[in-house]
Amino acid sequence: MVEVVNILLAGVGGQGIVLASRVLADVALQSGKAVKVSETHGMAQRGGSVVTHVRFGEQVYSPLIALGQADFLLGFEKLEAMRFLPYLKKDGRLIVNDQEIYPLNVLLGKEKYPPEISSYLKEQTGQMCLVPAQEIAQQLGSPRVVNMVLLGVLAQFLDIPQEKWEEAIYRCVRPEFREINCQAFRKGFSWKSG
Amino acid sequence: MKKRLLLMGNEAIAYGAMEAGVEVATAYPGTPSSEVLMTLAKHAGETGAYIEWSVNEKVALEVAAGAAYAGLRSLVAMKQVGLNVAADPLMSLSYIGVKGGMVVVVADDPGPHSSQTEQDTRLFAKFAKLPVLDPATPAEAREMAIEAFSLSEQLGVPVILRPTTRVSHVSQDVEVGEIRTVERNGRFEKSPDWVIFPSLAYRKHQHLERLQEEMRQAFASLPFNKVWRSGSGSTGCGVICSGVSFSYVQEAISLLGLDLEVLKIGTPQPLPDQLVAEFLKDKKVVVVIEELDPVVEEQVIQVAWKEGLPTAIRGKHDGTVPRAGELNVDLVKKVLLKALSLKTQEASETRAEEVEQPLRQAPTLKLPQRSPVLCAGCPHRASFYAVKEATKGMDAVYTGDIGCYTLGVMPPLKMVDTCLCMGASIGIASGLCRAEQDHLHIAFLGDSTFFHTGVPALINAVYNRARFLLVILDNSTTAMTGFQPHPGTGETATGEETQKIDLATVCRGCGVKWVKEVDPYDLKAAMAAVKEAVSLNEPAVLIMKRECVQLQKKMRQFQVDHDLCVRCETCLELGCPAIVKNGETVEITGTCSGCGVCAQICPAEAITEKATRP
Repeated sequence: MVEVVNILLAGVGGQGIVLASRVLADVALQSGKAVKVSETHGMAQRGGSVVTHVRFGEQVYSPLIALGQADFLLGFEKLEAMRFLPYLKKDGRLIVNDQEIYPLNVLLGKEKYPPEISSYLKEQTGQMCLVPAQEIAQQLGSPRVVNMVLLGVLAQFLDIPQEKWEEAIYRCVRPEFREINCQAFRKGFSWKSG
Repeated sequence: MKKRLLLMGNEAIAYGAMEAGVEVATAYPGTPSSEVLMTLAKHAGETGAYIEWSVNEKVALEVAAGAAYAGLRSLVAMKQVGLNVAADPLMSLSYIGVKGGMVVVVADDPGPHSSQTEQDTRLFAKFAKLPVLDPATPAEAREMAIEAFSLSEQLGVPVILRPTTRVSHVSQDVEVGEIRTVERNGRFEKSPDWVIFPSLAYRKHQHLERLQEEMRQAFASLPFNKVWRSGSGSTGCGVICSGVSFSYVQEAISLLGLDLEVLKIGTPQPLPDQLVAEFLKDKKVVVVIEELDPVVEEQVIQVAWKEGLPTAIRGKHDGTVPRAGELNVDLVKKVLLKALSLKTQEASETRAEEVEQPLRQAPTLKLPQRSPVLCAGCPHRASFYAVKEATKGMDAVYTGDIGCYTLGVMPPLKMVDTCLCMGASIGIASGLCRAEQDHLHIAFLGDSTFFHTGVPALINAVYNRARFLLVILDNSTTAMTGFQPHPGTGETATGEETQKIDLATVCRGCGVKWVKEVDPYDLKAAMAAVKEAVSLNEPAVLIMKRECVQLQKKMRQFQVDHDLCVRCETCLELGCPAIVKNGETVEITGTCSGCGVCAQICPAEAITEKATRP
């Protein structure tokens, strides 16, 4: 079988998931790999549940990852990580932002956000990184760079040199936001789970 | 010089068109098709091509056809339901034909992710008797775009290029060539053949029927149809697939380690018969895997019948492959094992078990759904709320339309009682007011949608004395599809300044006497205007004017004073994602964009502006 790296990014519309997947795809492209990225557009981007499939390797067929085939699940929000858990391989790694964003019905008090979700996620996955990405981004003064912090953590587990990532960020991000995005990436890259 | 770029399917189509020297391109935005024209507009400076956002798909298709009449290469792009709007000119255009190559890009949306129907454009192509290309990947979509122009010129009819969401919105490494610059020097040659007329239509119909055979011949030699083998492929079983399904089939076969031969079809209509007959000949069983309608499958059955072949053909007709929704790798794995083990028992038991057995337990808890919502500070929320409050206690029906504001259907607003298609809010309200004369009818539609198909409906309503209120939600952009300009914005597709079409003037021109503009952020004024409008006995138009919050600079931030808050939860009735219930009280989070509507409705005056942002 052809060796392909499968990464699923799941979160809430507006969290910068599409940009994170672009950077990821760009890095893979520059290292000479075949790449396919399947994105969510349109209505779901308005605060809905958003998922992006990123696949790269010598040859990539399907633009969508099959159930149980993701090497990494990059969860931008805990409920969304939980929702897409069935995609993760048995020995796959979950990298999840330690943040809860309440869907409208939870905000209105009509539904309950799953309690003790972090320990549930931990139970379900052998390898989990619970990242305070929101907190790290706030410390940098830019709540929007959560995506790059998470990408930095992911980069710890992929065999691609740091400068390649930063080059990709430079190509994908508007000039005025490059530095802050690179800083956020570095924070994630050097982050160690407590 | 070839370059390797990461391109979304829609961008790849635009690159193909630019490499083929497209000279005129038009579109009306619609997910998942919008990026085709956006990419062409971005490169218009290099190519010299004329690019326009048209008011609707019908006009867009006519503009592209006009350019092709004069011998230019033209392209028009739309989503599948847009083709319904453009159907009138398209049906006759297949009779009349074109001189320059004309490509009609129609993006289908199996799922659907962002559409009102799952209609299959390949079936529409059959109806219009036009050739259709069905790409499996973004890279192939680019190649097809290039080929489509020559095919169109060779056959003398427009060619439909039909990507689906998983091609249009999939990015892939794509090799691209040089973009061509164009002169746009066309010449229209007068001839009676350009004038559709019953006697000409009969002759053209005969010609079009003869052309079907020519299309099949032309298709047979294209690289988009090919046999792909996994293993020896000599098991007597085969798969025929079209479009993105090919990618799923390849992946599924590779995951299952099956030994199979696959005929990949890139030209589903009309199907190249000979290739199919050749493929069927040595097969005991073939499963046809395609999304939506059995367009390829039915033609495969015809070929088998015509050739007298005993091959068993599985697919949608025997329920093996679903007709509704998207396919994916997991589904295709099941289909392959089910369809082929029926006849052959080739797929081993262990593999079947592997497919049946879930790899990881799905959460047993019922997870709260996360539906899309109107953004924090969205002016549509303010408009809906103003109308809701102003018409409280009245027997009112609210007809909705297509755009971000369809999300007004969600609780707690619940201000969309109907939604059908672009521009229908006005016609439906006009019809309802005939049926339930003692009710109040209020139609909502956006500015871009009003220009799209709202204008004729409004003229009709005024002329026929319908009594209703039309609320135009004017946010000065086409927001849902990515902020494209429209006639009300005063800007063209390529960013030049142009004549701005004023909504209020248009409405008055349509004969509406009562036309008012109001800022929905000013709730008091907005509610007063609604009350006045609904007291009239004639059609009225209220324009709720406020720029889309995504385009506004972050204005202010509001907060709740917990000492003043009386826990009445009135603010929660807005359904604003920035207002969070926290135990007994409410909080306003950092996503607040400062529209100030919640502060206006708080009876305790507990919501105030924060002095400075943290």
